[in-house]
Amino acid sequence: MKPTRNPWARTGAGLAWHLWLPVLLVAGSLLLSQQFSSHYFPPLRTIAEQTWVIWFDGGGMAENLLPSLLRLLAGFCAAVVAGVLLGTLLGLMPRTEEALRPLTDSFRAIPGAALLPIALMFFGTGEAMKIVLIAFISMWPIMLNTIDGVRSVNPTLGQVMESFKLRPLDRFWHIYLPAAAPQVFAGARTALAIGVAVMVVVEMFGTPGGLGYFIRHAQENFQVVAMWTGMLVLGVFGYLLNALFRAFEKRILNWHHAMVAHTQGASS
Amino acid sequence: MTDTNKAAPEPLLHIDNLGFSYGEKEILRGLDAQIGTGELVCIVGPSGAGKTTLLQCLSGLRPATSGAVRFRGRPIAGPPAEMAVVFQDYSHSLMPWLSALDNVALPLKSAGLGKKERQQRALEALEEVGLAGSEQKYPWQLSGGMQQRVAIARALAYRPAVIVMDEPFASVDAQTRADLEDLTLRVRQHLDITVLLVTHDIDEAVYLSDRVMVLAGKPTTVADMITVDLGRERDQIETKADPRFAGLRSQVYRLIRRPDAADAALAASGR
Ligand SMILES: Nc1ncnc2c1ncn2[C@@H]1O[C@H](COP(=O)(O)OP(=O)(O)OP(=O)(O)O)[C@@H](O)[C@H]1O
Ligand SMILES: [Mg+2]
Repeated sequence: MKPTRNPWARTGAGLAWHLWLPVLLVAGSLLLSQQFSSHYFPPLRTIAEQTWVIWFDGGGMAENLLPSLLRLLAGFCAAVVAGVLLGTLLGLMPRTEEALRPLTDSFRAIPGAALLPIALMFFGTGEAMKIVLIAFISMWPIMLNTIDGVRSVNPTLGQVMESFKLRPLDRFWHIYLPAAAPQVFAGARTALAIGVAVMVVVEMFGTPGGLGYFIRHAQENFQVVAMWTGMLVLGVFGYLLNALFRAFEKRILNWHHAMVAHTQGASS
Repeated sequence: MTDTNKAAPEPLLHIDNLGFSYGEKEILRGLDAQIGTGELVCIVGPSGAGKTTLLQCLSGLRPATSGAVRFRGRPIAGPPAEMAVVFQDYSHSLMPWLSALDNVALPLKSAGLGKKERQQRALEALEEVGLAGSEQKYPWQLSGGMQQRVAIARALAYRPAVIVMDEPFASVDAQTRADLEDLTLRVRQHLDITVLLVTHDIDEAVYLSDRVMVLAGKPTTVADMITVDLGRERDQIETKADPRFAGLRSQVYRLIRRPDAADAALAASGR
């Protein structure tokens, strides 16, 4: 590909690269859904109109999207904090980590859905159950990646910390966390996707409020169009969340990207 | 101990019959030495002799296998707060996510200094090693020699009683090397810091040292402690032109080249 000089053209190209698939899908289903009218696949036009009616005019955003967002954020943030703290501790204590590995491995291997009945039993159908389950299931990739990241700290840096008597908190904030950051972010990105999936499931089984609840409720009441609007909102929600996360990651890992670019530039 | 004066500095570091093995492999055996406050001692010896290992034992980073190291009379268990180390593997001893300034300032943060003071000290130290203007650069944006100087600045800013340096000038150009050698002499003079410095360069060892510790043998022992009586004022040109400099230089050289000659040298010097 030839490098494009004009920054507007470049942004345009980048945008096109991102949007070609959604545009194609939308156009395709617009065409197809006009050809045949199935009750289960309502025309996209209808879905789009109803999305406006339900989510924007009708207050669906505040009623069902906002609770989902807050819940996901709470669960995801808890997962990040717990995953990073546990990962750092286990990363620094290889013997303990080894001893606990059967436990962590089997927890990790249990499909999230299997935990739902247990969570319902302990926490009921309310907010606590939803957030705990989101946090618990999405924590694992963060924790495992943090363990690897913390262990990647160079032994010489370990001696630097010892000889300059860095305080434990300074070691955590200024050595282990930045050293593990690229891996932590990779884990967190996976965790976010898992978190969205768990969020939808727990909302389907929990108390009213939320995207998952909305979709299931619509389906149970044969409001097929409403159900599809829920899917649409969920798709856009997931996409925007991921984009936001990547922008945040790029900001925080600025030094890392610059270093990689720099060293690669020097070696080639 | 009341009447100790400058002429007879009170030993700061005692090395008592120190031995070290990596598992079965014996590296150091029966090392004895005493290093006085404010003294500058260079350690020379063949590659793989165990110089880095010795420094790690002296700075509390590795427990000795046998014997002991005492700092201010007390056996060392872990790195003393008053010691700063410049590591041989300098490129890995800096944090790539911190600027040069923050790399120098971080230990000061842990030491409890306020933000302003640690910035100030870090800036001064970086200027001292000739890195004014590169404070905001990341280590990987600096050349090897510049990274090495950041590591030296970090040790200086820490204001330790003892500074331990493992081949600190190995990757800098000749001019910078001379500058840093003179900086080391100056710092020692002004701040009364005790300096232990490992080097491969015999000229450098003689030029800098009050005494040169020559390591040789297998396992490694102290072949000799050579006193360099060239006075405290040194000059890159004059000192190196001094006939005594040449004599000391070849004395060290012979000890290193033929380790078994250590005993012969001892006998010849009548000690
Ligand atoms: N962590 C280790 N485990 C086992 N053996 C080691 C270890 N570190 C060093 N050695 C060995 O111990 C010996 C002394 O190593 P050391 O690094 O102390 O030598 P040195 O005198 O500093 O060498 P150089 O001048 O090349 O830096 C070498 O033979 C080396 O292979
Ligand atoms: Mg070495």
